[in-house]
This record gives sequence, structure tokens and C-alpha cells, in this order.
Amino acid sequence: MSDDIILRVENLRKHFIVGRKGLIKREPVTVKAVDGVSFNVRRGETFGIVGESGSGKSTIAYITMGMYLPTSGTITFNGRDLFGQGDRRPLDLRKEVQIVFQDPGSSLNPRRTIRQILELPLSIHQPEKDRLTEIIRLLELVDLPPEFMHKYPRQLSGGERQIVAIARALATNPSLVILDEPTSALDVSVQGKVLNLLIRLQRELNLTYMFITHDLSVMRNLASRVAIMYLGRVAEVAEAVHFFESPQHPYTQMLLSSIPVLTEAEEALRPAQIRSTGEIPSPVDLPSGCSFHTRCPQVMDHCRHIDPLMVPIDVTGSDHIVRCHLFEQANGQVSS
Amino acid sequence: MVDQETPLLEIRDLSVNFRVYGGVLRVLDRINFHVLQGERVGLVGETGCGKTTTMKTILQVLPTPPAEVPQGEIWFQGQDVMTMSQRELVNMRGQGISMIFQDPTAALNPVFTVGQQLTAVIRYASPENRNLNNAQLRERALEALRQVALADPERLLDSYPIQLSGGMRQRVCIGMALSTRPGLLIADEPGTALDVTIQDQVLRLLQDLVEQQGNSFILITHTLGIVRQMTDRVYVMYAGNMVEVAPTQRLFTNPLHPYTQGLMDAVPRLTGGGISEGIPGRIPDYMNPPAGCRFSGRCPHAMPVCNREKPPVFQVQGPADESHAVACFLYDEPHKVSNYKAELQPV
Repeated sequence: MSDDIILRVENLRKHFIVGRKGLIKREPVTVKAVDGVSFNVRRGETFGIVGESGSGKSTIAYITMGMYLPTSGTITFNGRDLFGQGDRRPLDLRKEVQIVFQDPGSSLNPRRTIRQILELPLSIHQPEKDRLTEIIRLLELVDLPPEFMHKYPRQLSGGERQIVAIARALATNPSLVILDEPTSALDVSVQGKVLNLLIRLQRELNLTYMFITHDLSVMRNLASRVAIMYLGRVAEVAEAVHFFESPQHPYTQMLLSSIPVLTEAEEALRPAQIRSTGEIPSPVDLPSGCSFHTRCPQVMDHCRHIDPLMVPIDVTGSDHIVRCHLFEQANGQVSS
Repeated sequence: MVDQETPLLEIRDLSVNFRVYGGVLRVLDRINFHVLQGERVGLVGETGCGKTTTMKTILQVLPTPPAEVPQGEIWFQGQDVMTMSQRELVNMRGQGISMIFQDPTAALNPVFTVGQQLTAVIRYASPENRNLNNAQLRERALEALRQVALADPERLLDSYPIQLSGGMRQRVCIGMALSTRPGLLIADEPGTALDVTIQDQVLRLLQDLVEQQGNSFILITHTLGIVRQMTDRVYVMYAGNMVEVAPTQRLFTNPLHPYTQGLMDAVPRLTGGGISEGIPGRIPDYMNPPAGCRFSGRCPHAMPVCNREKPPVFQVQGPADESHAVACFLYDEPHKVSNYKAELQPV
């Protein structure tokens, strides 16, 4: 079944040096933005990554894009190592992975027309094609009228700008698109239009999405599988349905119980017994053992010292992986 | 307890324009709004609909020019805010009304300690506080930090805002806002800048404190779920108009205005069911707003009359005597929609 995996992330680490301490040794102070993350993205799915600020979700996106080099670990795309040649990623690999950023107000150059914005990726990746017809095709693909190409980003609404950013990502004909909080800068009445466009494009173009958000309600309706991150590590990975109906990790439960909801039916879904407590620790000074132990309502003694392993659990009858000591015991495994 | 008789704050027919290069932006258009003693009121709407402008007008902190108030009245505790002297305004902002802002990082001054900022707020909150000595002020400041459940308040007083996390900063802001014991507390998107688990803690705290102290409370937000959790009554705003007001429970089970319905429909649900298309179109240009209903261009039920006339407010008598009002011609007798069995009384 390995050929249906488009992106394989293994033991990925990214540590940023943010300063030095000590007078003589000058030991580096590091932020472990991503610290040992592994997951697979299957072809054609929408793989969701959820987490609060500082959990490392955007860092994973940027590494996948090639904006950072990982400290260690590998990412393979269709069996090819994305960092086989350091940061000089071959053009044919670059075209396969594209990204849509959170804020189209800053990801689109205000001094370029939409036409110029869309021309750049075309001229690099498809120099042989006629650019004007390609631009018209792209705009049609995302339901924008062709005359939009003469406009500047400031003449468009927030939703339209984000749609242009999506068109730019699609210009290279990618197979994996990373969506980094694509709708969090938009109003809720506009968000639906953009999300539905993404759903349609995925179907028509056979795209795979890596969808990053902190909005769990959006995730529920869009993702096929969800990974939840806390302080640079994955806490739980599961099929979206199981993730929301039977969340296992205490952090997932806390997160779900914190969401403000609109209906009684949604309220019933929230694990009410878990109340959010405590502060999110600083990523510079991570707690020992399980990094969630400072806030966990079910904390045990060894959680403070031993880092839990990712263990598959069989509650829901499908792939469901949890990184928590509660489940290691249930499976009779002991981590060293 | 909610006192049904006397509104603490009342806004009547208020309009606000902004005079800018190239024309006049008609931002608030004859809005009506009131808060009763002890009531928790929500104000919902999307970016640019005038929520914050409304609150700034109440506090009289809008820069004039460019802003101007061509008509309308604001009454707070039986006094006309528009004719208040500078001294009266300062007292109103200190003891009468406090505000919590969206971004605690911007609301706190980075070059003063938490203690310096907190004691300054307390000292100038009322004339008698100006006679407090430093020790008394410090005691009041500690008390303010303790009530927002911050650990180690002594040390916090001597910290700078940068040394605190986002959640702690917002707690400090809440403590600061409540330290003057205001009659009315206004919270403008108090959780939006925070992570969802931290937002939950902060909002819960705010809710408990408002309940304990019995302040009147205005919550401004674009997140419908938060309004549902924290308020008794909700106003829905669209493009400078109040389009609907109802008791919270009722609004969420029975929204009447097409905009409210569209907005609720657009929020993705945790229970699944897919993503709704949202509301087509965009918010109208404030320089040339439509002559009729400002929502008519995006409304799925728009009728010819909607483009001609501004809809009046129709009082809808629902079950019990919950007052539910909506500014939409659909609820006028001749155009009455069939699926709603309510008595309709145009006002």
C-alpha cells in the first residue's frame, strides 16, 4: 500500500537557535519548533493539521515547501527525498508542492496586477505555454472573470484575493497543495465560498491537501484525517470522524471542549468533563517527559519524566494513533 | 439581576459619518440600542459593520473630524453623553464604563510595569481615589490581579507586559477594567487574539466575574458561539444597521433576518454536514450605500420594496413576552412569510 502515500514525513525535527547562554561555552538556546514528527499523507486526501500557536504546524508546512531545511529527519514525496540535494530542490519537484498562505493581503504583491502575479510561476515552470491563455484558464478554473487580471490586489475583496492566491498555487499544476490557515483572515460569510472552491478543485484536479488550521469546526467538515499537534509534537492522528466522535488524547479532549458552538447537538459532542486549565509552556523551555503533563487532568507520575511513544489504539477499528502514557499501558507496552 | 425598567445605556437613532477625501462614509445609520441594569448584551457582526464605531461613539473617543454625528442621542445613567463636559466624560470612562480590547499586547503600554499601569487606572478612576496613598493603591492593584486568578500577583505588579503570556496579559486587562468597579463593562473581541484553550479560560473567568459583580456587560464579537455562551440578549449588526435583536436562546433557535440566517448557516458545525456556501456578494460601499435595505443586494429574499425603502423595525411577538425585533420587510404584514406563526406589530 506504499504507493498511495504521496508524502511521508519521518522523525522530522526543526530546532531554531534563538540566542546563546553561558559566558564561556555560549551554548545555543533552541526553540524546538518541530520535534520528532512522523506522519503520512495519502494521495487524494485532505490531511488536516490542527494545533494552537507555537505548536509547529506552520513550520512543518514551510519545511515541506523548502523554505527551511530540517534539522534532522526526512520528507519523501512520491518516493523522492525532498532534501536530497539540500536546499537546491529540482524544479520538477518544486512545481509539485505549492502553498496558499493565511493572509492574502500580505502574500500578494500590492504593486503587481493579478496578471503579473499569475505570470511569475507560469514563466518559471511552464515557459513553453502561452501565458495569456493560461492565465485566463486559471481564472476560469477558480470562477473569477478574466478581466480581473488587470486589477491590483487592493481592488479585490479579502475572499477574492485568497482565490487569486489559490489560482497562483495551481499555476504550476501541483499534486500537493499546502493550505496554511487559508480562511482564518476571512469573515465567516465569505469563508464558505473559498472552502467550497477548494473542495471542487480537489475533486476536479485530483489534488492532495495538507490543510493547516486552528478551527476544528472547519476541519471536521473538510479533512479526511487529522493530526493534532502540541508544542512541536503530534499528540493524536485519526480519521476525522473518529477524531471528533471519540477523541482519545486528553489534549484533544480539552481542545474540543473549549470550542464555542452554536447548537445543542454540537454541545453534546464536546467532552464536557475536561476544562481547559494552565498556560501553554514556552517552546524554549519545554517541560520534561510528556510536554502536556503541566495541563493534563489525568497526569500520572511517570508522565513528568518519560516521553510517551506513539501507539496505535484499536478503539475505533481504524488507524488511530495516540501519544499518551494512558494508552501505552492499555497496550501493555512500556517505553524506555 | 436584570432590571427591566431602567436602561443603563440607551442609544436612539444614532448616525455616524466619516468625512474623508472623496466623500462621506455613512457608517452608522440610525441605530437603536439599549442595555438594562445588570444585563449581558451581545453585539454581533462581521468586519467593518460598525461594532467598534458604536462603542467608540458611546465613549466619545472617536476622532472628530473625520467622524461626525449628524443625529442621535446617547444616554448613560440618565445623563446625555453628547452634552457632557470633558470632566464628566472622564468620570464616565473611569467609573461608569470600562473597556477590554481585542489585543492585550496593544492595550498595555510596553514601557511601564503592570503595577504602574494598574495603579494609574485606579488612581484616576474617581475623585476620591486620588487621595489614596501608594500602599493603598498597591493593595487595590493586588486585589484586582487576585480576582482574575493570576498566581503570584506581587511579582506580577513589577513585571512588564512582555514578560507575560497572551492569556495573562488579557487577564491583566480584565483586572484593570474591573478595578474601577464600572457599571458597564464593554469587551471588544476579548478572546480573538488568544488560542482556543486559553480563550476558553479567559472567557469563563470574564463570565464568572460579570456574574459576581453584577455589572452590565456588552460583548462585541464576530464569533456566534461565544455570544451564545455569554449573553442574555443579542443585537445583530450589518453594514451600520441593527438588523435584528432577540433574547440569545431565541435568536439561535429562530433567527429571522435573512442576514442572521445566512450568518448562522455559514458557520461550519462540529457535527459535520459540509460547508455552506456562505452569503454571496460583499458588504456595500459606505460612500454610496443602497437607498433601501443595505442587505438587499445579497439577500436571497429581496423584494422590489427592499431596494426602495429602508425597512422599519418590526416587533415580533413570540412565545412568552420575549421581545424579538427585526428590520426586514419580510415581516411586514403584506409580505409575511408563511412559515413563521407570529403576531406581527409594526412599530
